[in-house]
Amino acid sequence: MAAYIARRLLATIPVMAIVGIFVFMLLHLTPGDPAAIIAGDNATEQNIAAIRARLGLDRPLHEQFASWVWNTVRGDLGISMFSNMPVTKLVLQRAEPTIALTITTLIVAVTIAITVGVLAAWKVGTLLDRAVMGFAVMGFSVPVFVVGYLLVYVFSMKLKWLPVQGYVSIDQGLWPCLRNLILPSVALGLAYVALIARITRASMLEVLAEDYIRTANAKGVATSNVLLRHALKNAAVPIVTVIGIGVALLISGVVITESVFNIPGVGRLVVDAIARRDYPIIQGVMIIFSGVYVLVNLAVDLVYTFLDPRIRY
Amino acid sequence: MTTAIIAADCPAPAIADRLRIFARRNPTIAIGGTLLALVSLAAAAAPLIAGDPIVFMPINRLKPPSDEFLLGTDSLGRDVFARTIYGARISLLVGLTVALFAVAIGLGIGLASGYYRRVDAVVMRLMDGIMAIPAILLAIALVSVMGSSVRVVIVAIAIPEIPRVARLVRSVVLSVRELPYVDAARASGSKVRKILLRHILPSTIPPLIVQATYICASAILVEAGLSFLGAGTPPEFPTWGNMIAQSRLYLAIAPWTIFAPGACLALVVLSINLLGDGLRDRLDPRLARRM
Repeated sequence: MAAYIARRLLATIPVMAIVGIFVFMLLHLTPGDPAAIIAGDNATEQNIAAIRARLGLDRPLHEQFASWVWNTVRGDLGISMFSNMPVTKLVLQRAEPTIALTITTLIVAVTIAITVGVLAAWKVGTLLDRAVMGFAVMGFSVPVFVVGYLLVYVFSMKLKWLPVQGYVSIDQGLWPCLRNLILPSVALGLAYVALIARITRASMLEVLAEDYIRTANAKGVATSNVLLRHALKNAAVPIVTVIGIGVALLISGVVITESVFNIPGVGRLVVDAIARRDYPIIQGVMIIFSGVYVLVNLAVDLVYTFLDPRIRY
Repeated sequence: MTTAIIAADCPAPAIADRLRIFARRNPTIAIGGTLLALVSLAAAAAPLIAGDPIVFMPINRLKPPSDEFLLGTDSLGRDVFARTIYGARISLLVGLTVALFAVAIGLGIGLASGYYRRVDAVVMRLMDGIMAIPAILLAIALVSVMGSSVRVVIVAIAIPEIPRVARLVRSVVLSVRELPYVDAARASGSKVRKILLRHILPSTIPPLIVQATYICASAILVEAGLSFLGAGTPPEFPTWGNMIAQSRLYLAIAPWTIFAPGACLALVVLSINLLGDGLRDRLDPRLARRM
């Protein structure tokens, strides 16, 4: 097992290396002077020269790359152009709301999606099944920000049940924090729920057609037991895969959700950086989010071996 | 003999009947296709059916929907109906070109890496790397470096889609290349290029068509997201994303400024997804059973 984990960890290195090369090269692939691009349209010659010196753009490319990689590996993601603070520090300051939002959404969405998917597979062909599948197609199609504003309009402005926007730190109590996260989580999680519910239903349908399910039913095992212990357990591998892949949806969605609900998280940091042409921030957050995605999928790979002992290390 | 008589007795069904039969058998294709056709038509005929989307009339700020302004006006007094219709142009353009671009490049990469083992190892690692970068961040980075224009947005949205196409094509190539007829072609001395293009490529087309519709839907969503965040096409052009972004402060007093473009966006993406589901059921039965 330890050898397997070590091998999987090693396998993430080339992936992250490619992410790194890609992220680094983005600024240099473009025609023209990167310093001039960062400086913007109204920059003076001195501004551009200052930026060039600060980002080390006057050094040879391979030297820039080497020092950038070395710094990134040590956790130094450079200095923000706008606030002059280290990017790592800025990201850490903004991490709490983003983590709270993502984890809440993940837990709620996975619970709902698997329940709904199992029910749809159990009652396949019925109205319930069709409603779930219809909802899934809708969930893929309505963008995060449209759902977000619809929820705010109905639940915050008309019914006045929930706050319109903002974030309350978890230090001020669990409920005040969660109250602010309900609407953002629903908006963010909708597509994710749709994705997981669909794969759960498909995977369950495949397993429910197996002989041992008929046997279990025939010998009188309670339906809930057949569904959860016999079927869901065996249907779990594709579901867990999609939960991992779908994290990409959550990460992209977080950037937009935080803008809609005015949550001061890492996503907002990036969006604010767009207008300020604060390229080091965009670069740093890209590396961090990609790293999270790779780690989540590594974890998924490791979970397989627990779910299905037939998968060898 | 009998078949000839029957065929002669029953004239071929009229086109309307055939369409009705097709629609009954493939409801999702029919609904999705019709909705999409209507929106495309409206976008193409925008100058004929809608007023000026750019001009602002401060007197008419935030007017609710009425006979004069079907969907009301926004905070600058611009006609929301006209802007929504014109906004469809950017969305459809981006969706279509991203799908074509991503499929063309992904197809080339997938064919090569499915057939040549040596290319495969390198290229698939590269694809894994690109897939690990969140699509919207990649697009934000590209747009902030290369400036905002429709062309940059299209490239930025297409790049993260390429690995998905390449992997799909590769998996088809891997399963088809071992089939006897490909062996036969190889044994009879066909050139590699001919084997790839004449014998393997056709098998990739049905799943690619399905994939292309999904890419189109997701490209429209990402474009709207980028415009919403201010990293999309230049703000002078009305797009559904930037219309919503520009009206966000007026949600309480002028909800139509947000929900009119929002509803159109959802409707278009929904109809493309329905079309994709229908095509998948028809063209790719193996995948259809799994989903």
